[in-house]
Amino acid sequence: MKKLLNLFKKDPARGLERDMFIQRMVFWIFLFPALFSFFMVQIIPFSIGLYYSFTNWSATAQPSIDWVGFKNYIDAFKDFKFLYATMITSIYTVLNIISVNVVAFALAMLATSKLKYRNIYRAGFFLPNVIGGIILGYIWQFIFNQFVPGLATVTGIGALSKTLLGDSKTAIIALVIVSTWQYAGYVMMIYVAALQNVPAELLEAAQIDGANAWQRFRAITIPMVMPAFTITMFLTLVNSFKQFDVNVSLTNGGPSTMFMGQAIKGTTLLAMHIAETSSVGLNTAQAQAKAIVFFLVLVTFSLIQVVVTKRREVEL
Amino acid sequence: MSNKRAYTNKIIAKNIAELLTFGLMAFFIAPLILVLINAAKTNNEIISHPLALPQNWGILINNISSILKNVNIRYSQALVNSTIITFFSLAGITIFSAMAAWVLLRTKTKLSTAIFMMFVAAMVIPFQVVMFPLVKWFGIFQQVTGLPMLRSYFGIIVAYIGFGSSMSIFMFHGFMKSIPHEIEEAAYMDGCGKIRTFFYIVLPILKPIYVTILILNGIWIWNDFLLPMLVLGKGTPVQTLPLAVNNFAGAFLVSWDLMMTAILMALIPVVFFFLSAQKHIIKGMVEGSVK
Repeated sequence: MKKLLNLFKKDPARGLERDMFIQRMVFWIFLFPALFSFFMVQIIPFSIGLYYSFTNWSATAQPSIDWVGFKNYIDAFKDFKFLYATMITSIYTVLNIISVNVVAFALAMLATSKLKYRNIYRAGFFLPNVIGGIILGYIWQFIFNQFVPGLATVTGIGALSKTLLGDSKTAIIALVIVSTWQYAGYVMMIYVAALQNVPAELLEAAQIDGANAWQRFRAITIPMVMPAFTITMFLTLVNSFKQFDVNVSLTNGGPSTMFMGQAIKGTTLLAMHIAETSSVGLNTAQAQAKAIVFFLVLVTFSLIQVVVTKRREVEL
Repeated sequence: MSNKRAYTNKIIAKNIAELLTFGLMAFFIAPLILVLINAAKTNNEIISHPLALPQNWGILINNISSILKNVNIRYSQALVNSTIITFFSLAGITIFSAMAAWVLLRTKTKLSTAIFMMFVAAMVIPFQVVMFPLVKWFGIFQQVTGLPMLRSYFGIIVAYIGFGSSMSIFMFHGFMKSIPHEIEEAAYMDGCGKIRTFFYIVLPILKPIYVTILILNGIWIWNDFLLPMLVLGKGTPVQTLPLAVNNFAGAFLVSWDLMMTAILMALIPVVFFFLSAQKHIIKGMVEGSVK
């Protein structure tokens, strides 16, 4: 204690030691709040979760939690619902990547052309992105279930009277429509930034040399925005893969369909399936094992992205 | 002559592009307009005339007052809760992350590099991996320490600070690298202590980046559904707006008039906020992802 107090005395000989001590104190005091909450919600739960995925942890009260080895992982891959969720999530992800990026790129082309109110258009396209997925899903549930069939009665177009949400195949399309609406404006802004970096002189020079609009687009614009493509591809990939909120509020996993000879909820994406394994199936340990598989897939995507981006950087 | 015609063609093309873009934007905003016009109708009107303008806007007032009185949504309480949770989480994320990023950057040891890498690496962890053990761990922690972690403001704010810190520390760290160290050294020479240096010199310089961090985290926290559902629980006294709307939908999905009003009322704060600061919001959200 005396030594500690000594550190604070104004003794020139001890100055350096005192400084070091204060430095270390400040380091830990400044770090503590962020590090504490980070451990509380990420490091500790992640470690516990890893352990629990090898046990018989259940959502119901149980006398003891016992080690079961790889049973949960093996069971997960035998679970037809998990296989179906993986398949339908992959289909949804591919459709969504294409849909979001095509729409976003088209919007970006319009939003960077010399329009009078282009800032207003950009804001308009971006707006759905600040609204939460839960709310968006309910808005579109209304549109698909009430508004469009209502239009059928008013206009007399019979094809509109069937709701997209009534069949699992079209319900996936509905999910893609809503996700595109939500996300395209955001991805558009990334393309807008990339398109603005295309040098105008280059396009003008090509025009003077006689290149038409399509040739200029193919030979100059597309290669110049390639780095942005890498970013948006992975962003939409990861976001589609993690989709949960819109899934809950738009389709709630339904309607049912047949898979491997069994009835199944047709639009239950992976994130929702993981949640239901615990909340409905009460098998939290298996849900945890599925979540870790989910995590490994996402890590793989991220690593591929890092490699691809690095390679691009070297080329440029 | 031909010059003049080319010019006229250009003008026409420009107007067509303008009209086309405007039409597309109208199409993008239409769902929100639909919410507004259908919130001012009775349920029967919605079913028979979903596209028509409301005959009597007074119905909107009626619908709003029934939402305010509704015990399934408890709108005003949810609005207050969402505001409190978002405000304190944001305050915590920005200040604590800036503090952590600063000492991690300015302390050149292996330990500080390792801690920084750990924060960054955690960005790839999806919420699904930690959500079940998180609830379990919060329960245990609550029993041992007596701190209210589940169904409380405190627990969910700690959770948001923990989840938000990774990316925020990463962004602060990146920005702080560009601040010349000499400014801080000069302050130190003038007798300014470390803590004072941070709060009086470093924090004000960070302004551009904390606007980005506030927006990015703010929109996420305000709209988040899964974390509040797990930490607060459904139907408990503390509910956020997305939870409240979800509860209400569970009970009232057949009566679209009230559902539309509930959605409209949940939309108003965020749309208003967006319109008032759209330039900052778009810039902040896009910058955050690209890094």
